[in-house]
Amino acid sequence: MPEINIRDALQMGHHEALEGDPDVLIMGEDIGAYGGAYSVTAGLLDEFGPNRVRDTPISEAAFVGAGIGAAVGGLKPIVEYMNLNFALLAFDQMINIGASLRYMSGGQVSVPIVYRAPTGGGIQLAATHSRSYENWLAAVPGMKVVAPSTPADALGLLRSALADPDPVLVVEHVLMYQRKGMVPDEHFTVPIGKADIRRPGSDVTIVSYHHAMITAMEVADKLAARDISAEVIDLRSLRPLDMPTVIESVQKTNRVLLIEENWKTGGIMGEIAAQIQEDAFDYLDGPIARVGSEDVPHPYNRGLEQSMLPSSDKALAALSTAYGI
Amino acid sequence: MAVTEVVMPSMGADMTEGAIARWIKTEGDEIFRGDILAEVETDKAVVEMEAYGNGILRQVIIGEGVTVPVGQVIAIIADADEEIPSVDAPVAEAAPEPAAAPVPVAAQAAPEPVAAAAAPAGRIKASPVAKKMAAENGIDLASVSGTGPGGRVVKSDVEAAIAGGGSPAPAAATPAAASAPAAPVAAAAPAPALLTEDIPLTSMRKAIARTVVRSKLDQPDFWVSVSVEMSAALAARKQMNDALADSGVRVSVNDMILKAVALSIEKHPKWNMSYTDEKLVAHPNINVGVAIALDQGLMVPAILGCQAKSLKDIAIASKDLGARAKSGGLTQEEMTGGTFSVSNLGMFGIDEFSAIIFPPQPGILAVGASAPTPIVKDRELAVGNIMKMTLSVDHRVNDGAEGAVFINEIKGYLENPLSMVL
Repeated sequence: MPEINIRDALQMGHHEALEGDPDVLIMGEDIGAYGGAYSVTAGLLDEFGPNRVRDTPISEAAFVGAGIGAAVGGLKPIVEYMNLNFALLAFDQMINIGASLRYMSGGQVSVPIVYRAPTGGGIQLAATHSRSYENWLAAVPGMKVVAPSTPADALGLLRSALADPDPVLVVEHVLMYQRKGMVPDEHFTVPIGKADIRRPGSDVTIVSYHHAMITAMEVADKLAARDISAEVIDLRSLRPLDMPTVIESVQKTNRVLLIEENWKTGGIMGEIAAQIQEDAFDYLDGPIARVGSEDVPHPYNRGLEQSMLPSSDKALAALSTAYGI
Repeated sequence: MAVTEVVMPSMGADMTEGAIARWIKTEGDEIFRGDILAEVETDKAVVEMEAYGNGILRQVIIGEGVTVPVGQVIAIIADADEEIPSVDAPVAEAAPEPAAAPVPVAAQAAPEPVAAAAAPAGRIKASPVAKKMAAENGIDLASVSGTGPGGRVVKSDVEAAIAGGGSPAPAAATPAAASAPAAPVAAAAPAPALLTEDIPLTSMRKAIARTVVRSKLDQPDFWVSVSVEMSAALAARKQMNDALADSGVRVSVNDMILKAVALSIEKHPKWNMSYTDEKLVAHPNINVGVAIALDQGLMVPAILGCQAKSLKDIAIASKDLGARAKSGGLTQEEMTGGTFSVSNLGMFGIDEFSAIIFPPQPGILAVGASAPTPIVKDRELAVGNIMKMTLSVDHRVNDGAEGAVFINEIKGYLENPLSMVL
């Protein structure tokens, strides 16, 4: 297979799911006739018809509730949010219903639903369309949350999400749909809950995911120019977390840099940092360096927005403060 | 059974902090009251710490080499299944340099040279992995200079210490050789091996420095000297040792000086007092300190209760004291309880010298070698055995005339040795 981008990979995943399993259906705002805000579902309505590719009213609580009901009833719905920021309207459905039914029913009911949502800042969509809060949902037992940063992971994780008996949220960064990469020809999946070592190294462990992985790799390149070998870990799954991979790496490198786009306060990296000090305290050679978005609502102004997002310069400064490297 | 919180003990009124030199017991060991749990290092000595409770040593909170304030919980003893309070290992508060710890005399100090190296002025900043590696490799963190942010000792510093021992100094050990081809002469005589690296201060060195500075700052001193004719003392010593031959006890000249000092203090009790701004403080016992040279410095432990000791008792006590000074088995009272001291460099062939007083003692007697010397006896020239003594006097306690009387009292005992055994 030639290099494809993340949008292609997701389109492929949706197509094969609709084709391969008559119980799969897709719902969301403008996903049918319009082809989706980011064109992930383009062409599917024509091919599979309105019963399986359904445009919905602008009411997240309603169509997410409908999706959960369909899942409970035996279907495998994929519900697309136009933007993760709009999912706030459906948190009750996602958390109180979708993530809880299996537990509250004593295992009698499962909710095999897949939520998909673009997320992230950097394209001047201002405060209400730019937030990354997949970490909020990753804090909820009963949820699974994945965040691919490559086409292969996008396809492999979507496949695993569809096969999973419980609710899985796939977050897609708005700046990464065009990101290209190789995808295996043969059928494959990427397990939920397994991180990937994107780049092996020995001097510092950089943990990140999603669009911040681009920053992480930049940092690794800049460190390499100074003969500092960084190991870069892509979490890929935010719940469950693959802490063994992180801990093993920290035990090797003794230094940690965490990069995420969530607001730093309450970000997922705060949890990662806590677990590192719990499980690898004696291996740390200094405080855990951490970079996230500044604690402000996303500005519209491009310069201001860029200054609040994480960057390789901020990450290198944090590393220098923590370890003097 | 109650949970016993083991705290850093106070081993002297002036002790504000201590370090765990070594844990004798490890977590999980069964502990009986009185067992030796650990060795605690103060800036004066390494002292064994006993357990005050029975049970299992459930948790060691403060690791070896870490300095914590007195009263800090350092371990927990409890039954195996007993719930124990969770006590964090509070990284020892930066303990202020113990304010003028009355390290008696220029000496003091921890007989244990390695452990002594620690005792930093404050908390040592070291990363967790650096601490772990240092502990595993027996590296004293205080001897490692930190190159991390804020001077933190980081992994690479410990690695360097393991590899090279100490700070990663440039390998300038073999000078000339390679870089000086034009100096053929240099090859002839190997230059003496100069130290090229700085030496970190041991706690003994620091204690000595602190003590002598304090003495010189606080105690206005003057000196009086006399020559003592030791022939009678030497003869008496020979007789006594002949008599004691079967007992294994041998009386030294220094033992006789100690006894003479103790007897003189009994007659002139101001020499057993120390000065404070309010009063001269009386001490209930005559504890005569003995300056003992060690490889790593000097210490001045005291023979306690000399007023009740015969010359033979003092001979036994001084021998025991010297042995324990070298092995590190001195008690805190011996370390800090001296009320007057004697420093004897006679065995090094020194004719005379003056010594620095160990605060807060009122004086110290510096003793030189006893040597055959021409003297005038009964208006005739004769050969005597002259030993010179110099008394350093804290002028706040005693004045010149009192110093003269006191040193002559000592001289009188030594020149009439029978008076010492009556």
